[in-house]
Amino acid sequence: MKNLVSIADLSREDALYLLDNAQQLAQVNDREVKKLPALRGKTVVNLFYENSTRTRISFEIAATRLSADVINFSAATSSLSKGESLKDTAQTLEALGADAIVVRHPMSGAAHQLAHRDWINASIINAGDGSHEHPTQALLDALTMRQLVGSNDDLAGLKVLIVGDIRHSRVARSNVLLLSKLGASVQVAGPATLVPAGFEKMGATISNSFEDSLEQQPDVVMMLRVQRERMQGHYMPSEREYTQNWSLSGKRLAMLKKDAHILHPGPMNRGFEISSEAADDPRAAILKQVSNGVAVRMAVLHELLAGERS
Amino acid sequence: MIVLKSVSLFGEKQTDISIADGIVVSLEPTSEKGIDCSGLVALPGLVDLHTHLRQPGFEASETVLSGSKSGVAGGYTALFAMANTNPVADSASVVEQVLTLGEAAGLLQVQPIGAVTKGLAGAELAGLGGMARSRAKVRVFSDDGMCVFDPALMLQALTFVKSMGGVIAQHAQEPRLTEGAQMNDSDLATELGLTGWPSVAEESIIARDALLAEKTGARLHICHLTTAGAVDVIRWAKKRGIQITAEVTPHHLMLTEELVRSYDPVYKVNPPLRSAEDTAALREALVDGTIDIVGTDHAPHSIEKKDCEWENAAFGMVGLEHAASVVQKVMLEGGRNWRDIAQVMSSKPAEIGGLTNQGRLDVDTEANITLIDPSATRTVTSQTHSASTNNPFAGVALPGAVVHTLFRGNFSFKDGEVVEK
Repeated sequence: MKNLVSIADLSREDALYLLDNAQQLAQVNDREVKKLPALRGKTVVNLFYENSTRTRISFEIAATRLSADVINFSAATSSLSKGESLKDTAQTLEALGADAIVVRHPMSGAAHQLAHRDWINASIINAGDGSHEHPTQALLDALTMRQLVGSNDDLAGLKVLIVGDIRHSRVARSNVLLLSKLGASVQVAGPATLVPAGFEKMGATISNSFEDSLEQQPDVVMMLRVQRERMQGHYMPSEREYTQNWSLSGKRLAMLKKDAHILHPGPMNRGFEISSEAADDPRAAILKQVSNGVAVRMAVLHELLAGERS
Repeated sequence: MIVLKSVSLFGEKQTDISIADGIVVSLEPTSEKGIDCSGLVALPGLVDLHTHLRQPGFEASETVLSGSKSGVAGGYTALFAMANTNPVADSASVVEQVLTLGEAAGLLQVQPIGAVTKGLAGAELAGLGGMARSRAKVRVFSDDGMCVFDPALMLQALTFVKSMGGVIAQHAQEPRLTEGAQMNDSDLATELGLTGWPSVAEESIIARDALLAEKTGARLHICHLTTAGAVDVIRWAKKRGIQITAEVTPHHLMLTEELVRSYDPVYKVNPPLRSAEDTAALREALVDGTIDIVGTDHAPHSIEKKDCEWENAAFGMVGLEHAASVVQKVMLEGGRNWRDIAQVMSSKPAEIGGLTNQGRLDVDTEANITLIDPSATRTVTSQTHSASTNNPFAGVALPGAVVHTLFRGNFSFKDGEVVEK
């Protein structure tokens, strides 16, 4: 495996292989000396065109634990006033010795282009591109679900509900693709304006009522982070209407199964898409997701930079 | 005297074409010696109602000269130059400048299109009368690239242009429905995370403008149709007797949105590549005559405008040098003949644009002639005579090749080479 751009590029076997490795690497986090020499001498660049302290730090810790050198590069881009082009930046980073580039970009397809347009040879890891994909997030979510249900294999039969602004969510896209590959049944739910029909083709069912979805007794409820500014205007009449219909409130929390699990990719808007009661409920596995993020990113970096699997 | 020997006139009878002083003097076999054109189909020189020549203002992408070279290599003897230059062609002085540049290049007829609104801003009418009376004798007005979306302004523009015997060429794109739009609105757009460009954004403007044309009795031309629904609206409007004509580009006839999967901006175009069903509907409509003409929407862009993120990239593709091949394939496969190809690529665009000296191949007409080898096959390359390389057909094998082009009786393209003035 040379790049990780999209879940769509992974086979079920690829995904399980990465999850198995991540599961093993997760144990490094519990050791006193949290470091392996696997990527000594390799250079990983975090190329972030969008602020995301959490994802950047997660990749940074993952690379450091594998003894790679890590460089952080923040860049700005806009369709109106461009500075250096993506191509020039990437070529510069490669000339400086980058073996892998972890890229976060506000525009869909940026990681795909870096991987496929003959600009550079370095490995590309997509850390989120526009509304397209965020594959390591989906992998860490799947790893978390495996741990929660005690599976060492796929997620066959698991009922997962993803709630929020599905339209603009790269987390939703990557999760729908990965979870259905792993045998889970996935439903995406949100206001009709924010749930495009195309998600059905990607493998999910669609719901426009949170209550109806909860009545189907999902095993996992994943609440997406929602941008407040999108919840007024032509997608949604008001923030209040959004919260009333789509927040994981105390009342909706009571509808969940006792052994259900609550996930959120973070950072949370407490009191908006998720109530504090839900966020702090024992069924919430949000911090587990964070620590699994490091393990999954270690597994991906290891596979791309030192993998023996062709 | 030039004699083109043994041509296949409109793909039909074999004969000779004799030319003197820039005029066709005979279409009968003659004993005079001449240039052997056996196996070549002779058509009236192609006329493109929709070309972006980029000059003045964007000479890194194209100049009137480089665009003219690309035109003659594609078999064209007339190009209508779109108004979205810098400065915008919204006044007599700018359209006359473009006309002069075309005359200086001298390879084909460059006919300026005037902007409908000042600066293409969609707010106030441009100097339509002044452009019509200028040396460029503008008859086609278009804000192409932008839609004349204000219905009141469109109504006035149609009224005005009717009085000068002109036509408005509308770029049908409802702006509110296409804010931030990047590709066809579809399941694929959802999958790729790109903002969709709904068909209704095109169809609603066409329907509105058809009704405005009916009210005013003016002529309306719709640029680059892309959807099956737009074809239906055009059919309805024509049935109603509205003076409406429609255009399709070579790329919308053959290329679909599936190409966007690569995120390669060479496939980014306005209006966007659509579904396979839309493409099939467009081919059918061209074959059955609902769509009147093929316009290239030749839109050259320099490399850096395309070698970047999809959303940052410019919209547009070049088209002059493969248009005839695409049309040959679509029309002949659709059961039409070379006379029909001449109709959609030459006679009808000349008629819509008011060029009486173009679009005909007959005795006593100006000798604007294209000679095509219909049996050739060739693989399109991104390097052409255009100054730009943003060619979505690069690597695609197409039938037919333009061998010679004559403009006013002189070779502008001969044996596959541009004949510079």
